[in-house]
Amino acid sequence: MSGFAGASSLPSGEGSRVGYAPAGATGGGDERIAASRHTPPQTSPEEREDIAPRETGYNFAYLDEQTKRMIRRAILKGIAIPGYQVPFASREMPMPYGWGTGGVQVTAAILGPDDILKVIDQGSDDTTNAVSIRTFFERTAGVATTTHTAGATIIQTRHRIPERPLAEGQVLVYQVPIPEPLRFLEPRETETRKLHGLAEYGLMHVKLYEDIARHGEIATTYAYPVEVAGRYVMDPSPTPKFDNPKMDRCPALQLYGAGREKRIYAIPPYTEVRSLDFEDHPFRVQHWTTPCALCGSEGVYLDEVVLDDRGGRMFVCSDTDHCEERRSPNPPPSAGEGASRSEAGEGLREARAHGGADAGLFASRAPLAGRPPLPTPADAGATLPREGGGEERTEGRGRSEP
Amino acid sequence: MTDQPLLSVRGLTKHYGPRLGCADIGFDLDEGEVLAVVGESGSGKSTLLSCLSTELAPTAGTVRYRMRDGVTRDVFSLSEAERRVLMRTDWGFIRQDAAQGLRMGVSAGGNVGERQMAVGARHYGQIRATALDWLNKVEIEVDRVDDAPKTFSGGMRQRLQIARNLVTQPRLVLMDEPTSGLDVSVQARLLDLIRGLVSELGLAVIIVTHDLAVARLLSHRVLVMRGGRAVETGLTDQVLDDPREAYTQLLVSSVLAA
Repeated sequence: MSGFAGASSLPSGEGSRVGYAPAGATGGGDERIAASRHTPPQTSPEEREDIAPRETGYNFAYLDEQTKRMIRRAILKGIAIPGYQVPFASREMPMPYGWGTGGVQVTAAILGPDDILKVIDQGSDDTTNAVSIRTFFERTAGVATTTHTAGATIIQTRHRIPERPLAEGQVLVYQVPIPEPLRFLEPRETETRKLHGLAEYGLMHVKLYEDIARHGEIATTYAYPVEVAGRYVMDPSPTPKFDNPKMDRCPALQLYGAGREKRIYAIPPYTEVRSLDFEDHPFRVQHWTTPCALCGSEGVYLDEVVLDDRGGRMFVCSDTDHCEERRSPNPPPSAGEGASRSEAGEGLREARAHGGADAGLFASRAPLAGRPPLPTPADAGATLPREGGGEERTEGRGRSEP
Repeated sequence: MTDQPLLSVRGLTKHYGPRLGCADIGFDLDEGEVLAVVGESGSGKSTLLSCLSTELAPTAGTVRYRMRDGVTRDVFSLSEAERRVLMRTDWGFIRQDAAQGLRMGVSAGGNVGERQMAVGARHYGQIRATALDWLNKVEIEVDRVDDAPKTFSGGMRQRLQIARNLVTQPRLVLMDEPTSGLDVSVQARLLDLIRGLVSELGLAVIIVTHDLAVARLLSHRVLVMRGGRAVETGLTDQVLDDPREAYTQLLVSSVLAA
């Protein structure tokens, strides 16, 4: 309970946001977020005429305050017990199950008037679901929204974790369809709870064993089970396993909401997240042989786009913001970047143009607390872990188990 | 080796509300010893087995087991975590209905591998090699290793269940009518297999059966139950050839001669 008591000072009233800053961590992340708040956001409702002003008749962010408190309590418990599925009294939302009712409730509970919200679906800011949820909060909370990863304080996502490394102070909210990683092997909730309680996770490996037996490799490519903080095995929602390494020691707080299944769970910042595997079949992420056809990024998650009915196709970044940012000649306007940051950005772009694409992305995976939130050009030049040819990249971390 | 028995049951009683499941059952079991529990339907055999396997909490009585570290403990005083570890390492449970004892949607190899992975095996190649070895031992063609047991015949399912339970080298195996529902030739092969494994591995077995021939073939000692109580116990040949109690005499004389 000590963790719970310690954390309980976080969200205490209307509009406060669940934030997290480890002691002594007053690094660039916080300043950047703070700076971004002073910058007039791109789509502030007051400035834009095409967005209706905040709807009257609804409480701030749609949910009533009692419900938000209930959800915040569940979130705090989830943070105190990383990876543990906390039951909560999920509400009816004005959208069908499967469209992100859990994520929307979590976002509503942590949203404050000063927050800047970004919503992505499959990595894209402009798909129906993402646009709808963004508009929902514009209308019910009147908050500013953005499509820029760096400028957002809360990012609600389905599937993807943005390519740009997240910073301290940011919150990533996942929409989860089935929170129970053991569900397809053990249909009884009473039994799966027992298995979690006793940390009996042999069953999870049975699933991976079956994959190898049938396909010659671990064929699970999304919702790939992870062990959080060395204890609970967790389903990272249907994110591609490509994004699993980004969850490990992520500086941002990660919250998971499953509306239909009525569960909330969380990964606190800088928590160890290990993807399950076998000693002789280690965890690997997907790898593409071609770079993004639009921005030339390598080492990012690509979507296949069919161009015609004669087999024409192209592979482009799934993270639309990342792709646009790399193609745009100027730094993003509301990314909260000062002059020095812009220079760093230019330098990084140059480094990328010289074949060091995305080195910074991977280099910044290193578990270093207190590091700058984004790589400097020097970083990018110094550590360029270019991978050879068509081989898959193995998650480069030591295993604690024999 | 110590003088203490492997399993020691005293005064085991189970009431289902006002109904009696079994009453005041007591016996000792040594390592490598096979005890058959026989009796007609409703005599409390399965209740006894459920209590022994800790699936049911008995109303009264103790079940003491000598753990691998040599300490004898009451299995009902163990924490749930300890009990579950015991169940999947040192004990096995072969069920009458293989569908309850197997994961029907998971391949044969996965079924055998589950216990290994549950105790921490994380090397695919080794898990699979052990699974193949065990399939071989229970006479399942090794090319069926990736087939799900729902595609298996009844006899194969029972053999797979045996492999799945024995892979962690348990010392005590509970069997609930393992041969019922199988035709006689398959039954004979299965019994042959069980007898071979029991003597080879030195397993202690408690086998519940209504088939006296199975009891005679497999067991060293017999416990005859009726109406939830043990009416007679003794060496198998002695009890079956020269039954003392009237009920046992009835049971023995009821067997049809082929």
